[in-house]
Amino acid sequence: MSAKVTSQATFEQDVLQADGPVLVDFWAEWCGPCRMVAPVLDQIQAENPDKITIVKLNVDENPELAMKYQITSIPAMKVFQGGEVKTTIIGAKPKPALEQDLAAFIG
Amino acid sequence: MRKVIIIGSGPAGFTSAIYAARANLEPLLIASSVEVGGELMNTTDVENYPGFPDGIQGPELMAKFQAQAEKFGTEVVYDDVTSLSLDGPVKSVTLGSGAVHEAQAVIYATGSAYRKLGIEGEERLSGYGVSWCATCDGFFFREKTIAVVGGGDSAMEEATFLTRFASKVYVIHRKDTLRASKIMQERAFANEKIEFIWHSEVAEITGGDAVNGVILRSTTDGTSRELALDGVFVAIGNDPRTHLVHDKLALTAEGTIQVDGRSSRTSVPGVFAAGDVIDPTYRQAITAAGSGTVAALDAEHYLADFDDASVEVPAAEAAAVIA
Repeated sequence: MSAKVTSQATFEQDVLQADGPVLVDFWAEWCGPCRMVAPVLDQIQAENPDKITIVKLNVDENPELAMKYQITSIPAMKVFQGGEVKTTIIGAKPKPALEQDLAAFIG
Repeated sequence: MRKVIIIGSGPAGFTSAIYAARANLEPLLIASSVEVGGELMNTTDVENYPGFPDGIQGPELMAKFQAQAEKFGTEVVYDDVTSLSLDGPVKSVTLGSGAVHEAQAVIYATGSAYRKLGIEGEERLSGYGVSWCATCDGFFFREKTIAVVGGGDSAMEEATFLTRFASKVYVIHRKDTLRASKIMQERAFANEKIEFIWHSEVAEITGGDAVNGVILRSTTDGTSRELALDGVFVAIGNDPRTHLVHDKLALTAEGTIQVDGRSSRTSVPGVFAAGDVIDPTYRQAITAAGSGTVAALDAEHYLADFDDASVEVPAAEAAAVIA
């Protein structure tokens, strides 16, 4: 199961108005570590389909949102709940480390 | 049990895999979970790798290395090594998933990791204006003022690359001469957006939620001054990644894994090392690839002797020797 793609147009509905926690993966084509962490996020999504929703946001195509959430380093993964950022993870990390960072949501 | 396990997926790891696979050693290569391809994955144009006169993108070059290794039968596993047992004739490698793989020989090619400044503000503001990856993060500094810390090739490359986005790029260096190659220096000197701040080191990175500047300290008279910045890119070099083996293999004074002369033989028989993890000096993709070749050939030689020994020595005696 692959992470769904979100954008400026659907962000409100996909992320801010969502019921459960939503992890937004801020990424870009030209970012090597982003490409590395993408399959790990896919795995985490596949293993926790009911606990968390993972969506991808391309910062190249959605610079306003990248600026709004003050992204200066990618991959940046922000978990939103009730429209607010609850957790920020910066940088590609191995799966066990990401799972630990996300324990409050998928534990 | 495998014949050989290769740990690392940069130029050294994949080149040793190409040679080992072509020698029918059926290598297993542990590529890491999120750093597959190594340091070149964070670069853009690679202009000094022979065979690519028009240059090649770092990630594309590494994809080619991997494709060539896999073509000859290398099995690649995307996981991280958590522990190693290297003594004796059977080596074992434990992965993050809990899987344990055994082999007669191990090629250790884990490369190096970005060196940190080790100063106030660096960790806290990492990802909030402090970066180690210009290609990843330069995009977010459009029309901003930033600094690159360092004086080597990677610092010049990052500074030049970052002028695509930033309005101003300072290069902060402790001396007034650069370690960088002539061509990289000249490119940086010619760039109007780049200004050099010589004889200076960063004493502290400042800012609340995000970087707002640095405190510079003069390396000549020790005086300090503030410099307002939106971002700091750290490019002061790399340290060999030896944390899994520092108590198992002999290291050099520089912290690299010690090898025997021009070979890749470490202090433990059957364990070979290649690439940046043994190289405190050159650290190029091509030297790492050459070093990977040496390791594969040394491992092949070792395994041939290993096979001869097991043929010649009767089973009972072999057991006694191993015990």
